[in-house]
Amino acid sequence: MKLNVNKAQHDVDADPHTPLLYVLRDDLKLNAAKFGCGLGQCGACTVLVNGEPVFSCVTPIALLEGKAITTLEGLGTEDKPAPIQQAFIEAQAAQCGYCIPGMMMRAQALLQKNPRASDAEIRAWLEPNLCRCGTHMRILRAIHRAQRIMTTAQRGEAG
Amino acid sequence: MRGFVRLIVLLGLALVFVAAAYALLVYQPPFAPIPQPQRQSFDPALVARGAQLAAIGSCGVCHTAPSGREFAGGLPLPTPFGTIYSTNITPDHDTGIGAWSLAAFERALRRGVRRDGVYLYPAFPYDHFTLVSDDDAKALYAFLMTREPVRATAPAPRLPFPLNHRLVMYGWNLLFLKPGPFKPDPAHDAIYNRGAYLAEGLGHCGSCHTPRNIFGAEKADEKYSGGEAEGWSAYAINASSPAPVPWTAATLLQYLRHGFNSDHGVARGPMLDVAGNLGTAPNDDLHALSTYIAAQIGTPAAPTPQVEQQVAVQGARGKAVAAASADSQAVPAQGSGASDGGDEGALIYAATCSGCHSGPRAAPFGGIDFALSSNINGPSAKNLVNVVLNGLPATEGKRAPIMPGFANAMDDRQVAALARYLRTRFTDKPAWTDIESSLTDARTALRASEGKPGRSSAAGSTRPGTG
Repeated sequence: MKLNVNKAQHDVDADPHTPLLYVLRDDLKLNAAKFGCGLGQCGACTVLVNGEPVFSCVTPIALLEGKAITTLEGLGTEDKPAPIQQAFIEAQAAQCGYCIPGMMMRAQALLQKNPRASDAEIRAWLEPNLCRCGTHMRILRAIHRAQRIMTTAQRGEAG
Repeated sequence: MRGFVRLIVLLGLALVFVAAAYALLVYQPPFAPIPQPQRQSFDPALVARGAQLAAIGSCGVCHTAPSGREFAGGLPLPTPFGTIYSTNITPDHDTGIGAWSLAAFERALRRGVRRDGVYLYPAFPYDHFTLVSDDDAKALYAFLMTREPVRATAPAPRLPFPLNHRLVMYGWNLLFLKPGPFKPDPAHDAIYNRGAYLAEGLGHCGSCHTPRNIFGAEKADEKYSGGEAEGWSAYAINASSPAPVPWTAATLLQYLRHGFNSDHGVARGPMLDVAGNLGTAPNDDLHALSTYIAAQIGTPAAPTPQVEQQVAVQGARGKAVAAASADSQAVPAQGSGASDGGDEGALIYAATCSGCHSGPRAAPFGGIDFALSSNINGPSAKNLVNVVLNGLPATEGKRAPIMPGFANAMDDRQVAALARYLRTRFTDKPAWTDIESSLTDARTALRASEGKPGRSSAAGSTRPGTG
């Protein structure tokens, strides 16, 4: 079946029951999303579908025909990181790093809709994603930094 | 001229009559504020009994806001008339009930009138609490007056004219408030009557499980035939109970104690909080409550062969080995849900749901077999839609079932196809007619809750953005 991942059409030869995470990692070699719990309870596998966060480990590709899937690889590259990636690098938000792609994707979904989200809104929004190293304060700092990058860039573009 | 004088006299008399009626009937005198009672002045045994009674009444479920302090109020309660906010029932002198005497507390509990004489709205179920005995009211008072005072004022109710005038509630009370005390039914034993006292009074089961009339009062002639609460459908708990396996006092007791029974699945929505509270109630009380409710449901006819087969399968599931998972996830036989777009629904069920809901894991670690579900067998798609979209979010500090939500992974067409398929495949009931409206309501509630801290029970305020 056809999947639209990071703005490119991919012909995927997989059973429609296959979780999106397996297709991303095994077939498309997009390894940013991680396998954590496999139950949609930790958020390490979070990617965007039509701009909204989903747990790719419990989302069969049968549900995704015609929908736009975005992974961390679709936001920016090592040479040209997206604001959220740049902010996480600058804030050194990763400890072991396993939860970070999921954290970035969920935060990205919020900031796309509301770049000026309050601290309370960010905390509530990120509730489903777990970090076992306890780097939550750095993650929050990185997201606030990303907000600054995004809003100043937008201001720059506007005039 | 004489006619004019007579008119004036008549008008004057009418005015006097209205004023007298108001003074005698409608007007409720305020109780003088009291200095906040000392904690030590309450008997610890009475406070402990009050704690159990507050759990049976689930006071904290409504009187606690999401992420708020317990009993400090502020939870928005959507009603067909507008939004009402629960009040602060901690003993804070200025914003809670710290200045309330026992008499003032009892009047509020049983007659729906505040300490200052203002009428309460029946979103506070004083139409049930009117049955609460003197001893129990005293214990509840002792418990609440010894909680930590919290300074918090609930937002004002948002109700249209004329309901924004609380005096209107005098008329409501006249029509619908049947004052207590509770009268036991001599045709039944003490346990049944104890259960009736708890269910009809403090437990206020009917507040959600009985449908309401256009005045928002419970329909007396449709007692327990199913109602609504916070965007969820509350099942019938009388002879029209949709449970495929009939409830018994024993299964009800387990369900109310643990929020789970293998013949019926898990409590969720507002019932999750209710079961969480009832789980801490004494066994005698819970046993009585279960006995009474089981008697309301009665003993229906034998389960259908379809259900019997599913029960057998369910029993076998617990013993199945992991190797069975490959088979159990296979797409159901072609044609089983062929009517009404069954093919897409069948694929979605097999790919998304069956791994847990017909996998090898025994309940409660696996999901409920839908043939046993009151939800799938019930008259409304509301609860199914809520659970598919929001999942069952983890509850803070409590053991409770979990399920990821699919609000962002499935669009409305896919949820509707799944709902139609589950209804056709697992029941012989007529198609639901409220799938689309339930989806609209649930999506609206979900959008409204985005960026707000989670509360597991209400569809309108579940944690946002779960897969």
